[in-house]
Amino acid sequence: MIRYFLMFNLLLLVAFPWVGEHFYVGLVMNMMIFGILAMSLDLLIGYTGLVSLGHAAYYGLAGYLLAIISPESAAVSIWLALPFCILGTALAALIIGWFSVRTSGIYFIMITLAFAQMLFYYFNENTDLGGSDGIFIFFKPSVTLGSITLLDLDNHTVFYYFILACMLLVYFLLRMLLASPFGQVIQGIRANENRTRALGYPTFYYKLVSFVIAGSIGGLAGFLEGMHGGIVSPGHLGWHESGLILMIVILGGMGTLYGPILGAFAMIFLQDWFQELTVHWILLMGFFVIAVVLFLPRGIAGLIEDLAAKLDKPATDSKPLATEKNGESSDP
Amino acid sequence: MTFLIQLLNSIQYGFLLFLVASGLTLVFGIMGIINLAHGAFYMFGAYLVYWLTGVVDNYFVGILLGLPIMLVMGYVIERLAIARLYQRDHLYQVLLTYGLILILNELQKILWGSDFYSVPVPAVLDGSIALTETQVYPIYRLFISVVCMLVAAGMYFVIARTRLGMIIRAGSVNREMVQSLGININRFYAIVFSAGAALAAFAGMIGAPVSSVYPGMGDQILIISFVVVVIGGIGSVKGAFVGAMIIGLADTFGKVLIPDFASMAVYATMALILIWRPQGLFGRT
Repeated sequence: MIRYFLMFNLLLLVAFPWVGEHFYVGLVMNMMIFGILAMSLDLLIGYTGLVSLGHAAYYGLAGYLLAIISPESAAVSIWLALPFCILGTALAALIIGWFSVRTSGIYFIMITLAFAQMLFYYFNENTDLGGSDGIFIFFKPSVTLGSITLLDLDNHTVFYYFILACMLLVYFLLRMLLASPFGQVIQGIRANENRTRALGYPTFYYKLVSFVIAGSIGGLAGFLEGMHGGIVSPGHLGWHESGLILMIVILGGMGTLYGPILGAFAMIFLQDWFQELTVHWILLMGFFVIAVVLFLPRGIAGLIEDLAAKLDKPATDSKPLATEKNGESSDP
Repeated sequence: MTFLIQLLNSIQYGFLLFLVASGLTLVFGIMGIINLAHGAFYMFGAYLVYWLTGVVDNYFVGILLGLPIMLVMGYVIERLAIARLYQRDHLYQVLLTYGLILILNELQKILWGSDFYSVPVPAVLDGSIALTETQVYPIYRLFISVVCMLVAAGMYFVIARTRLGMIIRAGSVNREMVQSLGININRFYAIVFSAGAALAAFAGMIGAPVSSVYPGMGDQILIISFVVVVIGGIGSVKGAFVGAMIIGLADTFGKVLIPDFASMAVYATMALILIWRPQGLFGRT
């Protein structure tokens, strides 16, 4: 049942550029980018059980790496830019993860926050990289093979489908990963780490790998955002951004992988709507966050799954048992 | 010989951090709640003292008026929001208190705007005292250190020598056992939370003349308090003290020795300590 719902949404997404206004198409691109980012955090929180409050660090870092490698006067090749950004982010996740994953629970939350803040301050105070104003990315990376342009990412519609393709790719890759033996182990870690370790798995390394994968996918989202928005600033690394992503994952429903995508769409839509309501929209956002925690802890996906369970359930006035076929009555 | 001045600065900053961090670690150790909005209490303390000092024209009266306001605020927040977080996953505590930060930050902007404000040092404490023949040190900063020391001593006395403190210590180790001994520990939660809020607010109040009052000051102190608590070990007031002093030293001397990477000095220190002891210096595994 849920699958039909998701496929329907996918069809809507595919069709949208043909019917939507330019501004809203751009907004949906934003939503999809945050969907990728949210999925990466869901891998950490919902499947490995590691609550990171510093995930935006990889998102922002990738943006900065793209800005660093993009020359001001020409487009960089995507074959150079993308691996550079992803590998750079993965390396950062490896280093930070190596320190962080050895802790657990509340310490892990605080450490990931602290490391993200460290990166934030580094970029905020680094005047070569624009300081608190940020840095521009003037040209989107070019996708060429030799002299043939494979994709013209400056074309709004082409870029839209590029992002959509990335989002789907990430979703299916993560699904495969979670179904694999590796995925089973990290879900075991979330359920009960001690028991998983007792089964002989070196949980530190599994957690670390999961952390690096999540960071790299977050980096992909940052790369796409750098291309889309054209500017990176320290705010992309800040903890309010991290809090936002965390909120998106919970709003969407953690541990479902499709939930966070829905959460991203809902959250960005809500942010846009709140900002139109009042200049003090952050107040509304705060109340909304509290309301979700108190009344909707399983998120939108939780609602959908409850609804699907009700629709899938057979009618409660039970059909007669198979004995009826033989002509026998089931009445005692 | 500016070393002496920097050392005194570190100690003063460390004491302020201790006041804030101890509230954070106590609330977590006893109530099991991680309260991200703790920094907002610090900020509200500073804004309250700015506003009240302007109204009554006396800094000390401003503090005396502001503290009860903060106690009430802490109590109300605990009853309305925090009480729903007991026994829930840390993730939801983080999120709910994050929502609280958004609300409190915006409330501050609505009440007092986005400007930077300064609170003048009270005249009786203005001026400097001679340390050596050539060095002088502001009296007010010494005042901060002394007051914080007194508060810390008071906290130690309450926690280590009174029945209330005994219950608090026992509750942080084993809540259920305390309850099965017939003590209604829930009633203490509101007290502990309000006290923590008031501590943070008090730190904001006495720190205001030296650090000025601006939006977002709560977020800043919160992150550093996290670092202090992680280094010291969650739930340990002794750890919060040691951690605060270490960070005070790291931050002040970091600014002096490596000005370009000053803000990273604090986090580097945390990383080093965590390699050695992942649960913090005085934390329980």
